Amino acid sequence: MTAYLFRRILYVIPILLGVNLITFALFFFVNSPDDMARLALGGKRVTEESIERWKRDKGYDKPHFYNDAAAGTDRFTDTIFFTRSASMFALDFGVADDGRDIAQEIRTRMWPSLAIAVPTFVVGLAFYITFALILAFFRATYVDVSGVIVCVAAMSISSLFYIIGGQYLISKLWHLAPISGFGEGVSALKFLALPVAIGIVSSAGANARWYRTIFIEEINKDYVRTARAKGLSELRVLFRHVLHNAMIPILTGVVVIIPSLFLGSLIMESFFSIPGLGSYTIEAINNQDYGIVRAMVFLGSILYIVGLILTDVAYTLVDPRVRLD
Amino acid sequence: MNPRMRALLPILLAAGLLTACDHGALNNPYPEHQRGQNIMYSFFNERPKHLDPVQSYFENEIRFTAQIYMPPLQYHYLKRPYQLIPFAAAAMPRVTYYGAGGEIVPAHASPSEVAYTRYEISIRPGIRYQPHPAFAIDARGQYLYTGLPERQLKRYRSLADFERSDTRELVAADYVYQIKRLAHPGLHSPIFGLMKGYIIGLDVYAGELEQLSATAASGTYLDLDRFEISGVRVVDRYRYTIDVRGKYPQFLYWLAMPFFAPVPHEAERFYRQPGMPVNISLDWYPVGTGPYMLSVNDPNRVMVLERNPNFGGEPYPFEGEAGDATAGLLNDAGEEMPFIDKVVYSLEKESIPYWNKFLQGYYDLSDISSDSFDQTVSISSTGEVGLSDELRERGIVLHTSVSSTTIYLGFNMLDPVIGGLGERARKLRQAVSIAVDMEELISIFRNGRGIPAQSPLPPGIFGHRDGEAGINPYVYDWVGGQAKRKPVEVARRLLKEAGYQNGIDERTGKPLTLYLDTTLVGPEAKSRADWFTKQLRKIDVQLVVRATDLNRFQEKLRNGTAQLYVLGWNADYPDPENFMFLLHGPQSRAKGSGENASNYASREFDGLFEQMRNMDNGPERQDIIDRMVAVVQRDAPWAFGFHPADYNLAHGWVHNIKPNTMANNELKYQRVDAAQRTRLRDEWNAPVFWPLLLLAVLALGAMAPAVIAWRRRERGIARQKYLAQRAEPKP
Repeated sequence: MTAYLFRRILYVIPILLGVNLITFALFFFVNSPDDMARLALGGKRVTEESIERWKRDKGYDKPHFYNDAAAGTDRFTDTIFFTRSASMFALDFGVADDGRDIAQEIRTRMWPSLAIAVPTFVVGLAFYITFALILAFFRATYVDVSGVIVCVAAMSISSLFYIIGGQYLISKLWHLAPISGFGEGVSALKFLALPVAIGIVSSAGANARWYRTIFIEEINKDYVRTARAKGLSELRVLFRHVLHNAMIPILTGVVVIIPSLFLGSLIMESFFSIPGLGSYTIEAINNQDYGIVRAMVFLGSILYIVGLILTDVAYTLVDPRVRLD
Repeated sequence: MNPRMRALLPILLAAGLLTACDHGALNNPYPEHQRGQNIMYSFFNERPKHLDPVQSYFENEIRFTAQIYMPPLQYHYLKRPYQLIPFAAAAMPRVTYYGAGGEIVPAHASPSEVAYTRYEISIRPGIRYQPHPAFAIDARGQYLYTGLPERQLKRYRSLADFERSDTRELVAADYVYQIKRLAHPGLHSPIFGLMKGYIIGLDVYAGELEQLSATAASGTYLDLDRFEISGVRVVDRYRYTIDVRGKYPQFLYWLAMPFFAPVPHEAERFYRQPGMPVNISLDWYPVGTGPYMLSVNDPNRVMVLERNPNFGGEPYPFEGEAGDATAGLLNDAGEEMPFIDKVVYSLEKESIPYWNKFLQGYYDLSDISSDSFDQTVSISSTGEVGLSDELRERGIVLHTSVSSTTIYLGFNMLDPVIGGLGERARKLRQAVSIAVDMEELISIFRNGRGIPAQSPLPPGIFGHRDGEAGINPYVYDWVGGQAKRKPVEVARRLLKEAGYQNGIDERTGKPLTLYLDTTLVGPEAKSRADWFTKQLRKIDVQLVVRATDLNRFQEKLRNGTAQLYVLGWNADYPDPENFMFLLHGPQSRAKGSGENASNYASREFDGLFEQMRNMDNGPERQDIIDRMVAVVQRDAPWAFGFHPADYNLAHGWVHNIKPNTMANNELKYQRVDAAQRTRLRDEWNAPVFWPLLLLAVLALGAMAPAVIAWRRRERGIARQKYLAQRAEPKP
């Protein structure tokens, strides 16, 4: 497995280079350094001279990929692409156009994102699996049928509806939780309850239905019949045998998203004023801040790759037949 | 323990925890210890980028910097038309005009006789800076936190980590230092380009600094005092002068903006020492002498302004305009400001949460989003605007004002079809101006919040005329005491005279097609585009709406390739020059990167503008403005759109609210009744638990038959097994 992991980690370098290149090309295809300067300097009274000064100060006065005016390796290194990309491989993200340290901003904003994403993920997963097992347990009864109907109805509704509806009922009508905001330490709990609950409920339909399908498929297999024949109770059959064997399809979808949990949710953070990373990239795109965009894309790529590797490793843990060679 | 009690234990514990956490309303977003305190609660929806007064220009930035910094002048809070009064200055600046030979010329001299103007500003002694580590000194009188080793600086994560702070008196040199900062090559002041044209010696100084900065590492301290600006001098400890080219009366307005607020050189030295974390900067932690100081700057969540303990106080105005006394706006006359101890600004990106929090009493002030307009505002049969019954019962008060903004539909005067000063294109533009019904636009897209524009000048700006004298005679008639848009037939007639009868170009025989460039996106963009198309269809002209991103839109304006576009302008200061320059020929966007996006160039208008721009307000200036307005109404480089109206709400416990579209330092005038707020918040936010219990009962009720069935089945299996075992013959 070590050799496999080493090989996968080596693949990361060309992947990240490619991602960087594509991000750079796409960004500067839409925005020119002049556009970035105009936006940074504000809409009023922007002169050509001030644009040139801004570009010089921020290092955007260099050529994109190849510097004709330079000599030797400087032709490639004294360019926007190189100066803005090379440092990222040392996880030095530099500063945003407004002068803020991007790494510190990420470090600060990842915790609120995690504060929502982790409980939503953990509690949600437990809830969806339990709910799906209950449906499987009561399969072909009114509980199963009505549960599936509720799931289909729930997954047909936009997540925005859950957010607005939840805020309306829980906060506005019943006054049980703050409608938005965030606190530090223990005081954060009262702000997290509503978004976490909404996060769980809004994804419940699709997830529970998906897990139910997996469980129903497993329930009809021979080993389940054997377990029942041995006289095991239905609960034991479901939670010990069926759940264990259904882990591979569950892990495929679940483990890969674990590392990216800290990237946050744009809509949820926006509606609940959670100071997380969800909106950081979007704000940067709107502000044409390449420094932040490239850092977040870079980080997102790393996390995605880490997620895929973790998924592979997880397979070996739940299924002894899987070997990573 | 009884099993039932054991089952109930987690619920009881959770309930206990909840009540232990907070003794107030469960939906209260603020810490309990703030209950009843003299705090104002507000919100912001976009994080400020710059809090350095040399850079901050946007509204979401100035709303903070204006409370922290003290420029020499400020606007009177209550008087209208807007009037400048001293702030840090002891009196209004002494203005002296000089001729080309350095001789003093009288104030009424024509602008051509004035070579330069000297503004002598005296500041009040005894004004002190907020506590700040940059001023802290050790026993030897050395600055405690300046010149620290880089290794030591790495320990600091925020300004609060510096344990000691101190203050010092504000001196004239601090104002001069800030003017020097306008030219700092790393600060990118948005007004540097404008000011170097006016402040004598600023351009030369900028060149010297540029050379100096070329040898310095990026972001490091640049000693601005190595060079002097020839036109800016410190006279003595409390006096300084600024020499401005020619006659530029509007310069006084700039002196009321944070661009000309003082910055202590100690702060610059402190923040720019090598090794200081990039996040600890003057752009993030302002150092001012104003009534408030920024104590928490977490723009991802909350920003807090606290009363500056070193602010010497300022009396609330004794006089205002007619009606202010009746409205209770003079009840605090002479009382020492500021009234509020702390202001908590929370980040709210969406309108629904902030609106509901305002209704719950957790925000003291709010605007009205389009979504909630219908449930908020009622318009009577006489057109009178009022609040809905629900809001009135809560004691909420509506404050309306017309902002100093003009939104317009611009025509590119360089365009071969719609542009030019010829008769044909002019009539086409006039026809379009009539056809595009701005009253309808205001009604549909702005819930009636705005008034149609008759000229570039909004109400409240000198030169604006109300009533019949102010209407645009090419678009409106004066009927029954009010302006009435001319009928579409007039537009059709103009179109025919322009050679486009029934929308067909008589020269080519093809239908006339116009193009509107817009950056609008989202659901409203489509309806706006459809609306504009419908307006021109009334006169049989086809309109193609070209939606594009901001960069391409600006590029089209710069290249002069847009045909029709919509733009707006917010006043920097209440002077007609600040609007009329948008149509000044040399300000052409395509030819000179100026603000004249229509590239309008009329010799007649430009001549009048040059006359008017530097005049003092008076009948002569009004006469020239009238002539300028008449010229642009005739030439129609813009279809004058509308002036937006601001509708703002305040709870009854907030006092001294008067909309002021020029002053941004309004916080110090406002007062809250915290006791009334606490009482009403408690009344409005009592928690309602029964729906949760009902949900739990329903869930249990729904599951019960299934559980019973399952248990019966399990028992059935067990019994079958038992019976089977009994039935088996024993060996």
